[in-house]
Amino acid sequence: MTMDLLKGVSNCLGPLVVASGEFRGDVTVEVPKARIAEVLARLRDDPNLAYDFLVDLFGVDNLDLYEKAAKPKKKTEGEGDAAEEPKPAGPPPPRFEVIYLLLSLSTNRRLHVKVRVPEDDLSVPSVTGLWKAATWPEREVYDMFGIRFPGHPDLRRLLMWDEFPAHPLRKDYPLEGRGEERILRYE
Amino acid sequence: MNDWVIAIIKVVFIWVWTLLVAVVMTWVERRGAAMIQDRLGPNRAGPFGLFQPLADGIKLFTKEDIIPANANRILFILGPILFSLPAFSAYAVVPFGDKIVIAGKEIILQVSDVNVGFLYVVALGSMAVYGVIVGGWASNNKFSILGGLRSTAQLISYEVPWGLALLAAALVYGTFSLREISIAQQGTFLGFLPNWGIFRQPLGFLLFIVAAYAEANRVPFDLPEAESEIVAGYHTEYGSMRLGLYLFGEYVNLCTLSALMVTLYFGSWHLPYLNMEAFLGPISYGIASFLVFFLKVSFFLWLFVWVRWTVPRFRYDQVMGLGWKSLIPLALANLFVTALAIQLTV
Amino acid sequence: MVNECVVNAGHSTGDYVTINIGPSHPAMHGTLRVIAQTDGETVVKADPEIGYLHRGVEKLGEHLTYHQFIPITDRLNYCSAIANNVSYEMAVEKLMGLEVPEKAQLIRVIMTELARIADHQVLVGILGVDLGAFTPFFYLIIQREEIYEIFEWYNGARLTNTFGRIGGVEADLPDDFDARWRELRPNLFKAIDETDKLLTHNRIWMDRTIGVTAFSPEDALAWGFTGPCLRACGVKRDLRKDEPYGLYDRFTFDVPIGKNGDVFDRYMIRMKEMEESIKIIDQAYAMYQEMAPDAPLMAKVPKVIKPPVGEVYHATEAPNGELGFFIKSDGSDKPYRIKIRPPCYMVYQAFPELVKGEMIADLIACLSSLNVIAGELDR
Repeated sequence: MTMDLLKGVSNCLGPLVVASGEFRGDVTVEVPKARIAEVLARLRDDPNLAYDFLVDLFGVDNLDLYEKAAKPKKKTEGEGDAAEEPKPAGPPPPRFEVIYLLLSLSTNRRLHVKVRVPEDDLSVPSVTGLWKAATWPEREVYDMFGIRFPGHPDLRRLLMWDEFPAHPLRKDYPLEGRGEERILRYE
Repeated sequence: MNDWVIAIIKVVFIWVWTLLVAVVMTWVERRGAAMIQDRLGPNRAGPFGLFQPLADGIKLFTKEDIIPANANRILFILGPILFSLPAFSAYAVVPFGDKIVIAGKEIILQVSDVNVGFLYVVALGSMAVYGVIVGGWASNNKFSILGGLRSTAQLISYEVPWGLALLAAALVYGTFSLREISIAQQGTFLGFLPNWGIFRQPLGFLLFIVAAYAEANRVPFDLPEAESEIVAGYHTEYGSMRLGLYLFGEYVNLCTLSALMVTLYFGSWHLPYLNMEAFLGPISYGIASFLVFFLKVSFFLWLFVWVRWTVPRFRYDQVMGLGWKSLIPLALANLFVTALAIQLTV
Repeated sequence: MVNECVVNAGHSTGDYVTINIGPSHPAMHGTLRVIAQTDGETVVKADPEIGYLHRGVEKLGEHLTYHQFIPITDRLNYCSAIANNVSYEMAVEKLMGLEVPEKAQLIRVIMTELARIADHQVLVGILGVDLGAFTPFFYLIIQREEIYEIFEWYNGARLTNTFGRIGGVEADLPDDFDARWRELRPNLFKAIDETDKLLTHNRIWMDRTIGVTAFSPEDALAWGFTGPCLRACGVKRDLRKDEPYGLYDRFTFDVPIGKNGDVFDRYMIRMKEMEESIKIIDQAYAMYQEMAPDAPLMAKVPKVIKPPVGEVYHATEAPNGELGFFIKSDGSDKPYRIKIRPPCYMVYQAFPELVKGEMIADLIACLSSLNVIAGELDR
């Protein structure tokens, strides 16, 4: 079934699919970042796929994965050769990912669409024009990872306060914080 | 006995009595709510928690008196006083019994039998709105001002059907004096009903009770202090005894309104089909009439509690709609029909 | 300046007054805050501010092992902690490819549905309180207490249950579950019935709820609504039916749907769902009783959970809607990234749209009916 799904998605998207994978029945396709809005619109409007519901979208910071891969270290036995594993040579892979979870209400099938966001170009086109549901999740990704969404109507911080100087879900941000709460004192 | 002494005794008595009723009402309200809601309610202070109002009073008195920094100090202090004074004064013209004869002197159980009795009540009722709006405005808080606004709109809107309902009653009895109205309700109506105002003015009573709930800011008309919407409405910023005055004033208001309902529509101190005066001594009759009156008032006080814990709250526009689109036309129709009936029968 | 926030929120723009509702306000459940521009009593614009209960749950997840994260999930929707626990455990089980024994799944179903009833009871009760009807709250909360008794009897906690383990459940149902359920069941129906009598056909209640903040199904889907709020709009979607997980395909139950998506429909959906949940518990308990007493409760799970590298998303139908956990594993004993998809988060972002042009009292009613739980909203 997942093979059918993958075939359908590649038929719909054609060369836009950069990579694809399947794990425990969850199908993931990776697409170029600049064309994400077009990809999602096509997936939504394709009569066979009809991914008409945006479940969620969120960011992932892969910094630690790359650091671990860069360090010469003995492999743990659980690790396979998954798509995220970067090649040791070549230019550094994009640090961030934004993952869109799509759902088709008619067929009840789900699809993960992934875009990679390099650290020097932290922006992904907004999909709020397709689904209003993306409004807060995009704000949250901006808040937590610092990825901007050009085209978003109201891109402010969502969970942290406006003056907060960091993006807390990045892997280089410590769990205990950097003492930002001291800034919040009322003078 | 000097008339002055009697007058002072009556004033003190009515003062203490309404205060006591108000205090006990806070207990009844809480225990009643608990009873309705399957829980215990306050039961720690004294037997059945009867001393709870006392504890609350001590708490309110000993709490720090806070006036917000940006409040208008004078008006802030004035607000609760403006609210509670009319509430306390309004009872002056409402009877609490028929009469008692002590040492050959007939004493009317009413502070003052003013011949424009219920105009006085209506006038003082509209005074209370100043306390609310002044308190709400002086607090310099948006929730307070919203509460004050709602209260003002509501009180003014519901005064109209209230007044019209009273007017119809005045037409029936041909007097504004509450004592005369009470006396007129003795005997039977149409031969088999007690000669009570409710049978002469059923629609009038309905209008009156609805308007009374609105006047008293009680559920379902408690929007001026709707807790879930505007925190505590006009008394959001109040604490200690100033808040106490507002709450007290409200319960005294309930007392006055209930007494008014009994006086106008439920035969005052009369028992149905029974003339107590005929077989009771002068003193015992006085006490009995007071007790009968009080019993009826208690029922309406309980009704206030009962309704409060049963129905949800209206929305602002629905209150206004009900007042202006339903109650006022009905009150006018009631007045018209009453006038017509009187014209035809007299 | 004493308090910057209040002063900033006090700016009036044009002819409108800005009212700052929350984060400390009787009707703001938890720590929500709405900055509303009002024209008299009418709300012109409402801007929800969230994040007052942001505890960095997702960040925490990256530093805790898979098992250690279960108690954290209690603190998402604290009205129905068990539903969160089960949802998270199922996501990890999917990641590990574990098959959970049937008996454990039945216990999960029973407990989750009890949690759903408890959650709905709180919602209906609080909705009543916010609309001025105080009494139904107690009728419902007394029975919720009994449900909590069962939870407490089962695993020692009332609110934050930390129910279940990855790969199964920790213990069998307590011996007296049968007696307790037999006692509780009619009382639940009675509480629902009494609430129904007090509210549903009450004229004031109907005036306050019917047509208030109605939402069309198209809008609801575009905004990412799930769960009762979506069903209230007339979309028949319930993950228990549409993407049956666990054993839900074996039970027969109805998915009640509304018509207008207004406050009344959201309320009615919850009232009906409570009864459906009781139906499911009955069936699940009947199936449970047929199981062997010594049937396994746990799958074969290693002591240290180290899932293979990969990422999964698993969603369950929590009382509020689709509660999903996205877990990315890097092969270590801690998740690399956990993303929680809280149902009320998606619903609450449509709040400005929902209350635009309604009155302040409706804003409160709408907020209550959406069942926004700050714990899962801010995470």
